[in-house]
Amino acid sequence: MAQTAPATPVVARRNYSSLIVGVVLLLVFSPLLLSIITQIFANPLLFIEALKVGVINGAIIAIIALGYTLVYGIIELINFAHGDVYMLGAFATLVFFGLLNLNNTTPWIVRAPALILIFVAVMAITALVNYSIERFAYRRLRNAPRLAPLISAIGISFIVQNIGLIIGGQTLPQGDYWALVSFIAPVLIASVALVFARRIQAARPIPWWGWMLLVVVTGLVASAGFNLMHSTLQNVAPIEVGASIMGNTASGPKSLPEVIAGPNTPPAILINTSDAKVLFRLGWKDLMVLVLSSSLMFGLYLFVQRTKVGKAMRATAQDRDAAALMGIDVNRTISLAFILGGALAGAAGMIVGMYNNTAVFTMGFTAGLRAFTSAVLGGIGNIAGSMLGGLLIGILASLSDIYIETRWTNAVVFAVLVIILVFRPSGLLGEEGGQKA
Amino acid sequence: MKQRLSAFLTFVVVAVVLAACGGAAPAAAPTTAPAAGAPTAAPAAPAAGGDVIRIVSSLPRQGGSKGQTDAVVNAIKMRLEEDNFQACSGKFKIDYQDLDDATAAAGSWDAATETANANKAVGDPDVMAYLGTFNSGAAKLSMPILNSANLVMISPANTYTGLTKPGKGEAGEPDKYAPSGKKNYTRVVTADDVQGDAAAKWAMALGAKNVYILDDQQVYGKGVADVFEASAKTIGMTVLGRDGIDGKAQNYSSLMTKIASMNPDLVFFGGIVDNNAGQLLKDLRAAGMTPDKVKFMGPDGIQTDSFITAAGADVSEGAFATIAGLPAEKLGDKGKNFYTNYEKKYSLKAESYGIYGYEAANVFLAALNKACVKDRAAIRDAVFAVKDFDGALGKWSFDANGDTNLADIQGFEVKGGKWVAANLFTGGKWEK
Repeated sequence: MAQTAPATPVVARRNYSSLIVGVVLLLVFSPLLLSIITQIFANPLLFIEALKVGVINGAIIAIIALGYTLVYGIIELINFAHGDVYMLGAFATLVFFGLLNLNNTTPWIVRAPALILIFVAVMAITALVNYSIERFAYRRLRNAPRLAPLISAIGISFIVQNIGLIIGGQTLPQGDYWALVSFIAPVLIASVALVFARRIQAARPIPWWGWMLLVVVTGLVASAGFNLMHSTLQNVAPIEVGASIMGNTASGPKSLPEVIAGPNTPPAILINTSDAKVLFRLGWKDLMVLVLSSSLMFGLYLFVQRTKVGKAMRATAQDRDAAALMGIDVNRTISLAFILGGALAGAAGMIVGMYNNTAVFTMGFTAGLRAFTSAVLGGIGNIAGSMLGGLLIGILASLSDIYIETRWTNAVVFAVLVIILVFRPSGLLGEEGGQKA
Repeated sequence: MKQRLSAFLTFVVVAVVLAACGGAAPAAAPTTAPAAGAPTAAPAAPAAGGDVIRIVSSLPRQGGSKGQTDAVVNAIKMRLEEDNFQACSGKFKIDYQDLDDATAAAGSWDAATETANANKAVGDPDVMAYLGTFNSGAAKLSMPILNSANLVMISPANTYTGLTKPGKGEAGEPDKYAPSGKKNYTRVVTADDVQGDAAAKWAMALGAKNVYILDDQQVYGKGVADVFEASAKTIGMTVLGRDGIDGKAQNYSSLMTKIASMNPDLVFFGGIVDNNAGQLLKDLRAAGMTPDKVKFMGPDGIQTDSFITAAGADVSEGAFATIAGLPAEKLGDKGKNFYTNYEKKYSLKAESYGIYGYEAANVFLAALNKACVKDRAAIRDAVFAVKDFDGALGKWSFDANGDTNLADIQGFEVKGGKWVAANLFTGGKWEK
């Protein structure tokens, strides 16, 4: 550590070689860059449009990326299941929308409170799922070698994906309010089982097979309870229901109803040029994504930077043992990170559900990959970095879609990632010190 | 004591749940009983002691194509049942196995699974026919495997041109799929050189002058889009651009913004529902390209109800798709009978590929009845020798490439959340 003198020439030489690499890259891609720039000047309106789409898609990616970064920042684990929790969020939204028969013809006086309640409910569900994942699959491995929780995370990712597949295979008729009401039964049964288990646990530790048995039995009883309650309600007060919102196949893509704007709703912001051409158009859906995502990101930033609990999170991230010595409940802090991450994933799932109107069980993998990439690009573990990375990747993908070719977009995005990481191995805003990765 | 009590309670709960499941089961049983009962009833016929000939099908039984493959499998079963699962007047007992070449994780057909299915069929000495595949990309993998074993393939749904027609696909096609030197692959469905061309002509007839062409970067989707592009240029339409999409992307807003800025009259997408055809159409409409200004057309890969599920009934309204074959009312008696019997038997409408599943089984049984031997090479030759076959699709023959000589294409449009037959392409042109 003390030999600073010999280290200097090494650093200098590295900078020199990377400069050469940079110049070569620039030369190789200069025709492409030139053509892009001429295209931008030829049609500046399209460029504005490209940036708009890029920012919106980037904002969504950024919210998912925050979940990766929160968890990585604290326990240095890449939570591969995070993207799939986001997928569950989209499915939960689909189920709520479908069962409540919510769409853009529902009067706003019903729609607005319903949307807010669903937003909270979806976030609560995914937060709970993410918390359970940590409790079940990661906590016991906290002091195991680094690869063990990583593999565990990949396994959980597959499990959650298959849960999405199971949900997608259910027959959930459109407008079946009783089904929604009947969810009370499984929730109640599960809570009773949990209280029951805690009682036993207090008297005598339950072995692992006991927990397994409990989960299986509770699951069976809960589904039986749901069916019983649903059929009773339907017998007592029958309601007319539509076709299943899940379609005829478990793994096929499902369509979410449009809930924000109707086909004839004027855009939220419309700026015309002097010759009556559209200069800038921002639909209500676009505005919804921008408002929700920026307030979520800003809220999280404030929470981590300004609150006492946020301070505890930062302390735990810096040095877990020292934090514990200072009286911080490390387990609770880590759980909190997972709960926050899960809630953000759920929010992202719902936002995407309302924006893209499609839910498919594999969507978590693709989105997770993009989000993870942007977290790394921005400097994983750094909240502002993830937001920056998300926006950057969104804009980059959009520009590539428009000015290069859609078929090259993934290649372009990852090529840029590689180039940036070559020059800044810890990401754009990441702290120096490669030992974390 | 407390623990004993809890254990006891647990078992009581398990018992109750099991009882509930047991009680619930009979309610579901009647729907599956007839289908399951039929094959077991067959051995009562004189064929009980006969030799077994096994037919396998390899189709994606999960994912967006499930609706179509359900119809294919049902139709194959129906055809075999009509002959009481026998062939050669009782000499052979027919056994049918429905293999899945999709995985849940992929959500569509999967290369490793398709290869495994082909190897499984080759390894089973009783297998005499391979009805499949559904996706042309899958066929590319299983064709050479089955070819070396002389096992005949009859595809109810592959339409990629290069699988059979020399000079119309990539270099080396189709010979590279027949390493033994003797072809074993046939298909009862009209290939994409006809479909893509018909689609382009239909686009023109619908009033399109400027088209933008997309594909899902897979064998089938790219193949049909290539034919569409070539044909569109020949008949005088302007191709504004051509691109391939990532079937797993979140959305296509920026691509659609670009396309909208070029003011096309029609966007053609060569691909399947599993590769995000629904999302593509949603983003197309969201980018301001309304159905009255910009039409959307796809090949048979989107002509299925799961496309409407994926895109939503309101968004998919007015979408166009082509598919090979004649509408039910223009078919002969055998074709009409297929549709009435199918609807009677399964109480649902046969999706477009049902009749091709039926015809694949049909033509195989005809060849088997002629050859009357349990020999893969002899059966393969008998299938290739089929000429002027009087089947459900009409009177048709296999040519030397293994292609059908039928060249009728139907045009469908989504109306009121359903695919409705719109126009018909026959004798090389569209009629009203």
